[in-house]
Amino acid sequence: MNTPLVEIEHLRVGYRNASGEMIHVLRDVSLDVSMGESIGIVGESGCGKSTLALAFMGYLRRGSERIAGTVRFDGRDLFALDDKALTRLRGGQIAVIPQNAGQALTPTLRIGAQIAEALALHTTLSPKAVSSRVVELLMQVRLPTPEVLARRYPHELSGGQQQRVAIAMAIASQPSLLVLDEPTTGLDVTTQAAILDLLAGLQREMGVAMICVSHDIGMIARLSQRVAVLYGGEIAEMGETQALLRKPLHPYTRGLLAAIPTIHDTAIPRGISGHPPIFTDYSVGCAFAPRCAHADETCRDVSPALDLHRSDDVRQVRCHHFASLLEKTPPPPLNRVPSVPPGEQHSPLLELVDVSMRYGHDGIVEVIRRRMSNEASDRPMTVQAVGFSVHRGETVALVGESGSGKSTIVRAISGLMRPLAGGIAFAGKPLAGSIDQRPQEVRRAIQIIFQNPDASLNPRHTVADILAQPLRLYFRLNERECRQRAAALLERVRLNTAYLTRYPAQLSGGEKQRVAIARAFAAEPDLVLCDEITSALDVSVQAAILELLVDLQRERGTAYIVIAHDLAVVRALADRVAVLKGGRICEIDSVDEVYAPPYHPYTEQLLASVLQLPAHAANGAGYALPTYTISPSR
Amino acid sequence: MPRPYGSGPGEHMLKLALQRVILAVFTLAMVAVVVFATTELLPGDVCTAFLGRDARDVERLERCREERGLNRPAVERFGEWAGGLLSGDLGTSVIRDRPIADVIGSRLRNTFVLGIAAAVVGIPLAVGLGVLIAIKRDTALDVTISSTALFAMTLPDFVTATVLVFIFSFVLGWFPAVTLINVNAPIAELLPNIILPIMVLTFVMVAHIMRLVRTSTIEVLASDYVQMARLKGVPFRQIVWRHVLPNAMLPAINIVALTLGWLLGGTTIIESIFNYPGIGTLLLNAISDRDLPLVQSLALLMALIYIGLNLIADLLTLALNPRLRTLRA
Repeated sequence: MNTPLVEIEHLRVGYRNASGEMIHVLRDVSLDVSMGESIGIVGESGCGKSTLALAFMGYLRRGSERIAGTVRFDGRDLFALDDKALTRLRGGQIAVIPQNAGQALTPTLRIGAQIAEALALHTTLSPKAVSSRVVELLMQVRLPTPEVLARRYPHELSGGQQQRVAIAMAIASQPSLLVLDEPTTGLDVTTQAAILDLLAGLQREMGVAMICVSHDIGMIARLSQRVAVLYGGEIAEMGETQALLRKPLHPYTRGLLAAIPTIHDTAIPRGISGHPPIFTDYSVGCAFAPRCAHADETCRDVSPALDLHRSDDVRQVRCHHFASLLEKTPPPPLNRVPSVPPGEQHSPLLELVDVSMRYGHDGIVEVIRRRMSNEASDRPMTVQAVGFSVHRGETVALVGESGSGKSTIVRAISGLMRPLAGGIAFAGKPLAGSIDQRPQEVRRAIQIIFQNPDASLNPRHTVADILAQPLRLYFRLNERECRQRAAALLERVRLNTAYLTRYPAQLSGGEKQRVAIARAFAAEPDLVLCDEITSALDVSVQAAILELLVDLQRERGTAYIVIAHDLAVVRALADRVAVLKGGRICEIDSVDEVYAPPYHPYTEQLLASVLQLPAHAANGAGYALPTYTISPSR
Repeated sequence: MPRPYGSGPGEHMLKLALQRVILAVFTLAMVAVVVFATTELLPGDVCTAFLGRDARDVERLERCREERGLNRPAVERFGEWAGGLLSGDLGTSVIRDRPIADVIGSRLRNTFVLGIAAAVVGIPLAVGLGVLIAIKRDTALDVTISSTALFAMTLPDFVTATVLVFIFSFVLGWFPAVTLINVNAPIAELLPNIILPIMVLTFVMVAHIMRLVRTSTIEVLASDYVQMARLKGVPFRQIVWRHVLPNAMLPAINIVALTLGWLLGGTTIIESIFNYPGIGTLLLNAISDRDLPLVQSLALLMALIYIGLNLIADLLTLALNPRLRTLRA
């Protein structure tokens, strides 16, 4: 066997927290990457994925330090190299494709200049050759009109185009190792599929080794031959991708796979409760033990080693009991029953009729010009003549690519933005366009939960303050009643009442979203608008949030309008689905109709872009080999 | 798929620029109204000032007002004044009995010589130091420079001026303590006289700009695109010049413009400490002489300089920040 391209040996990375204690982010990671091989690294956030990805480039974030271990690239220890040698290597033989290309491109430099910079640093091309190579590279990542694009600034490109530019920049120097850090997060499903297609193609053509870090197992399955499941800064399980997905051995891997919703199944997946631990110098036992249903004394006291397990494939597993666990079947996924069959209701709770909306204001000059020439604004409509209804206890999902008008419709219903034309009726009465003109009772009845709880929860308020706000506003409760109700609300979202005195910054992402949900339900609403509320969360946390939403709906008969780009989430949650394109509804029907043939052509295109692990199988049935349909590149 | 823009980037830029210019002209017009109205509200007028003690003679006062048309309604006189301004006629100084344009002319030049010289020294120094201490943040160097600058900023400018005059004029005898040259002296003769004022001005202005640049540089250094540049193998010096500086400068442009406005609008206190023949000292003299037409003109001129520089700053921000240039309204 030839020598590996990268050898990571017993790597430990950590940082000191405010009280000077060493927090271990990577704990004894060993990993080899051969030439041309593609390895995936999966895990929840906080497991050390990104730290490991950056370590492949000999890079540590500010404040982090290497405690022990080596990273060898081509035989050279990256942490022993001086700045000059590292600078030559980075972007040269090792290149990175960043998580969010929109933020990773310098805003004040043209696209062409940024790619040319990489070429000038790592190749010996003449300035003239550089500019023609820039155009070639942009063509290679299948961008249209590369000469024009090279003159553009990053913000003038769409998210997918920015990601392609980042890829062009990474492959400019023909590296032998590409590090991909969540390369498709934040992109539309269709764009995501096209980017993955491009990456897979490039790997085939260039024979480059790839390290692909992602929380999206579907993506890893598409790109990687081997996969490492990272948990608590250690490799929990590692093996050949398809064998591992077919037959996961570690309880964490099994939990993670079971948490992924699928577009073939209306069941709510099971989440993993709890969150990744934080390790100090004194931590002992299995990292997963606190969250593992099968943990015993041994697990809590003795750290398991990464054992080699040979059956159908060569697998490494870090678990004391994996062999005996294989026989046990986890609880089956939950089936969701609509609380009130929509057919039995006469009038809808909410009805939109021909709603049209548009963004933006014209500047002074523009307004004067139009006044004088008496013409209407030509800014395009974001939402055009959209109409649908929602019944009590029903969940309607809005799906579509970004720019399809999903969020704009929700803004109209919530009263944050006034429709230009059309009308909205709520509980049989017309709904005022602006929230300021709506009676208190209506404001209470319609609540909204936002995508990012970091931005929607006031960081200076405790959880108790946050929950007391709607209670005081809508029900005029006094201090003591507020406390009691807030505690009861926390219990309903499965949070301990000890959380009442905490601030948002002291909560994990999933916990924050639970508080945001509790705040919406404090108003005892009839309709809750959910704008991508699980898209910032890990799958394991997402599953638990979905379960919570369904439970709350069953208890209270609340109606939901759900926006989600993840079609599998929609399948699990929705009764009816409206597919939007360019501000119009192109299909609206029950979830089973929309997800079954015959498809509407656009819906089919969306569904085809979903990266799916087809048969669901953490319950022991095993995963079928992933099959993919990738839409033609766009 | 390229984003659909209503118009090409160039056209959009022109539209934005035009909007800013219209706003600037409007602001200036408002300032003219306010300046005129304020002098109107003050007790006394040109004639009481001009006649001095003689103004107690009601007949003479009335005759003077008649001659200068002061008995006409204020709106009419404002119209005449504004009309004169538009055609470039600033009016006549009553006390000095000369066209105001002549009185201001050389002094404006002198103020500009001092202001521009101070800006050329102070602004690059402030930006350079800001970037430097951002890179070396929380080191002894950062703490020393930051606290020195803060100290210099907190000291009143007349104190700084006095201390510097004491050191450089009295003890060392390097530069003159006061300017003793003619208003119309050639620029070359001005130069030795402005070194001390420049030092004082630099002391006062560096801290503001430096602290702002430091903050924005730290922010930019922590950005994804700087990390990307490092992972791309760009040498640190090049990262600072190409990736950090243009982005870190954006928030500083407006404060730089305000500082320039302050410098070019006549730094009244410093000019008068050094007896420097600029518009700042002229304004002080005009006020004590109750030369109201001159005060009006100077107030308007200073407003014009401020507004003009802010307009330039706005346009510069548009030019340097591609995001503003093409972002949809």
